[in-house]
Amino acid sequence: MMAHELTTADGVPLRISLERALLRSRIRAALLVVPLMAFLLFAFILPIFDMLYRSVENTIVAQVLPETVIALQDWDETGDALPDEAVFKTAVADIQAAFKAKTLGRLARRLNYEKPGMASLLRKSGRRSLRITEAPWSEQLIKIDRKWGDINIWRLIKRESDHLTESYFLAAVDMRLDDLGAVNWQPENRQIYLQLFWKTVWMSGLITILCLLLGYPVAFLLATLPLRTSNLLMVLVLLPFWTSLLVRTTSWIALLQTEGVLNDLMVVVGLISDDGRLQMIHNKIGTFVAMTHILLPFMILPLYSVMKTIPPSYMRAARSLGATPFTAFVRVYLPNTVSGIGAGSILVFILSIGYYITPALVGGRTGTFISNFIASHVSETLNWGLAAALGVILLALVLALYLLYDRIVGIDNMKLG
Amino acid sequence: MALPVHASTGERAWYYSFRVLCAAIFVFLIGPIFVIVPLSFNELPYFTFTPEMLSLDPEGYSIKWYEEFFTEQSWQDAVANSFFIAVFATLLSTTLGTLAALGLSQPYMPFRTTIMAILISPMIVPLIISAAGMYFFYTRMGISSTHFGVIVAHAALGTPFVVITVTATLVGFDRSLIRAAASLGAGPTRIFFKIIVPLILPGVISGALFAFITSFDEVVVVLFVGSVEQRTIPWKMFSGIREEIRPTILAVATILVCISIALLTTVELLRRRSERLRGMSPG
Repeated sequence: MMAHELTTADGVPLRISLERALLRSRIRAALLVVPLMAFLLFAFILPIFDMLYRSVENTIVAQVLPETVIALQDWDETGDALPDEAVFKTAVADIQAAFKAKTLGRLARRLNYEKPGMASLLRKSGRRSLRITEAPWSEQLIKIDRKWGDINIWRLIKRESDHLTESYFLAAVDMRLDDLGAVNWQPENRQIYLQLFWKTVWMSGLITILCLLLGYPVAFLLATLPLRTSNLLMVLVLLPFWTSLLVRTTSWIALLQTEGVLNDLMVVVGLISDDGRLQMIHNKIGTFVAMTHILLPFMILPLYSVMKTIPPSYMRAARSLGATPFTAFVRVYLPNTVSGIGAGSILVFILSIGYYITPALVGGRTGTFISNFIASHVSETLNWGLAAALGVILLALVLALYLLYDRIVGIDNMKLG
Repeated sequence: MALPVHASTGERAWYYSFRVLCAAIFVFLIGPIFVIVPLSFNELPYFTFTPEMLSLDPEGYSIKWYEEFFTEQSWQDAVANSFFIAVFATLLSTTLGTLAALGLSQPYMPFRTTIMAILISPMIVPLIISAAGMYFFYTRMGISSTHFGVIVAHAALGTPFVVITVTATLVGFDRSLIRAAASLGAGPTRIFFKIIVPLILPGVISGALFAFITSFDEVVVVLFVGSVEQRTIPWKMFSGIREEIRPTILAVATILVCISIALLTTVELLRRRSERLRGMSPG
């Protein structure tokens, strides 16, 4: 028997008509999202990609020394011989042109990241190169500075003439390319970033644990109190959440500094002597205390929303079956809150490893995070490539945790307040 | 969790020590915020209680730091900048975020979770990374160091909050109301303004307040994307703490705490009203 196809009043098969209606509502839904997506693309996503690009971008050598880069292509950098006279000739011309165009400084800074001493070499050679007008090119250039006779300088220029470089990423994990282009560790005294990443991770981990230890009892109390009381107490959790970060950081400075409220209090009580005031700020303690305080609401809120769904009868049932309060808590209550613990911990950890303001103000020299170094490379040392590479690694870490959070909680279930 | 009459001594001890522990944690949460309030009335330029203050001597107190805040031009410029940037960023993010949330809660939204993940990401990506990226990109576009640039950046950071709060009010939104209105002859525009807007308004307002406070408190992005012309209150506070610590910062902080309390109260009232309207909570 052949299936009889249903049609709408105007004769279109029902299946097609339904599909059309569905498509229309899909398009309508998508159209509502498009403005925000377009806005975020411009305001947020492209900037992030710009940073990704800057972490490998390396056009400066080819821009400032265009002819030299081409001339060097035929030179065998694995041998022992310096480039030939023709390369020196183009190099002198490029340096002269760059000096006149005032682009030599940028090149000097760029190459100095790879090899200390390059900046002074290039700056020194800029003006003096104008004196060289005829052969012998190499002899005169080496006379300006003996380093031009060092084959490794030419190897470096050739290596960095590509438009993309991995050297920022290597620098971000304490590695570098040696003179022959092999990957090596940085010298011991210049290895700082891996340690810094590790410090950021373990300090964030400890802050997360502190938040969990302080947040769990409070969330439990809020979830078990009658609604009216718990709503009132909830305000005490939400107020810090709504208070400016800088206000909270300022408060901790007032409380913790050596001439501050807590130290004064302890001196008055007689716990410490006046000249034995404790250093609780501008070090790791300052970062721990202030960050735990700032991130605690982010732990309490997800824990609370999970605990609220656990019926009190579970615990009563466990007790009536003979469990001690402790056993009932560990075997029945705790396992039911694992999803809340996971959600809160990941959220606090994600927020913590990217923190900048609070460590910058209360962390001093020892309590600072990777973000503080990114900031100083962007605005002080102007090593944007390294800042971008460090940022990309941090971003990868955060996004991995974000995916984990999505798996555990679901982004849809994120709640505020 | 009231203590039953038959509780043993151990249970009693545990019950009260637990309460004390929780009280201590609440003090840890709230105490620091309120400590700065009396400190901001200090006569001397210190960040701690002077003996005169502790003996409640009126000589120890003064409002000169508030006077300084209200009379110094650079602070007043910062106030103007903060409000100007926050208001426009809020308008932008609330409009775009509400539309997107409406789209996301349609039953036939393609790639829903992926889109949601992208829309929420400005909240997750560390601020320093967003700030550095925006600084690089906005400089290329020629909009860094302009009010426009800072507004765009702050609006981007504020949209996730709007999307989340408005989506939350749309959960359990009764679609038959829309169909009922349509069957009674209302056009899409009329349905939007007469049915949808009144129902989601509490969510939109809370989202807008979240977006406002995000911009109003934000300091990392404005430090990078802005210049002295865009100096906001948090910027002034940040550089103030770094350079010369004056109690003016405490006076500003106290004023900001009052603003936070006002905003929090508004959001809480809205949330309860919305829950009551939708019959979700007995309180």
